[in-house]
Amino acid sequence: MKEKITIEIVDGIDTSKVFTELSHSNSGGICVFVGAVREFTDNEEVVALEFETYKIMAVKEMEKIANEALNKWKLNRVVIRHAVGKKEVEEPVVVVGASSAHRDACFEACRFLIDTLKERVPIWKKEIFKNKSVWVSAHP
Amino acid sequence: MEVLLFGIAKDIVGESSFHFRDGEAMPVSVHELKQKLKHTFPEFGKLSSLAVAVNSEYAEDDKGLKTGDEIAIIPPVSGG
Repeated sequence: MKEKITIEIVDGIDTSKVFTELSHSNSGGICVFVGAVREFTDNEEVVALEFETYKIMAVKEMEKIANEALNKWKLNRVVIRHAVGKKEVEEPVVVVGASSAHRDACFEACRFLIDTLKERVPIWKKEIFKNKSVWVSAHP
Repeated sequence: MEVLLFGIAKDIVGESSFHFRDGEAMPVSVHELKQKLKHTFPEFGKLSSLAVAVNSEYAEDDKGLKTGDEIAIIPPVSGG
């Protein structure tokens, strides 16, 4: 049987897996958000993003977020998966999703999953430009 | 007492972890650890935020620190 919650930190994300992971006989709605590497930040060309994590804590925080979503909405499945390492333009770096009987719950839950992940999960992103690299959000 | 460093914290200190050695005055709380860090490495004071995790959970400033705790410095997170 499939798990209700799938939490993973991986080297590379396979976005084709998420539909099967979220599908459920009572889920009429499946909502997925994929975050990918964008080529420009403030008109500056990004060569790559590099992600690192404090894995044991990141997994714990992701589990808490998934359980909070299950408490807030009636969901059948939740997936939170984040990549680490160096990722180039257009590569996926994060996938979150939820499935539910009707679409409202999974749309709202999906937004909550990505927004809360960004606030709380100990993962750090360095933007690598041609001549410099910057830890995102480190300074005001 | 070992302290793990990630992201920009690792760059500021120049190591991925450091130890408070026996005999060295160990910080007794999260607050004191933050103060010591900011004193030794003023760059920490310039960050948007500075959190500390004790045994892989976010810890408030008044949380006490014990030998054997796994402590991590959590600079502003930027996943997603």
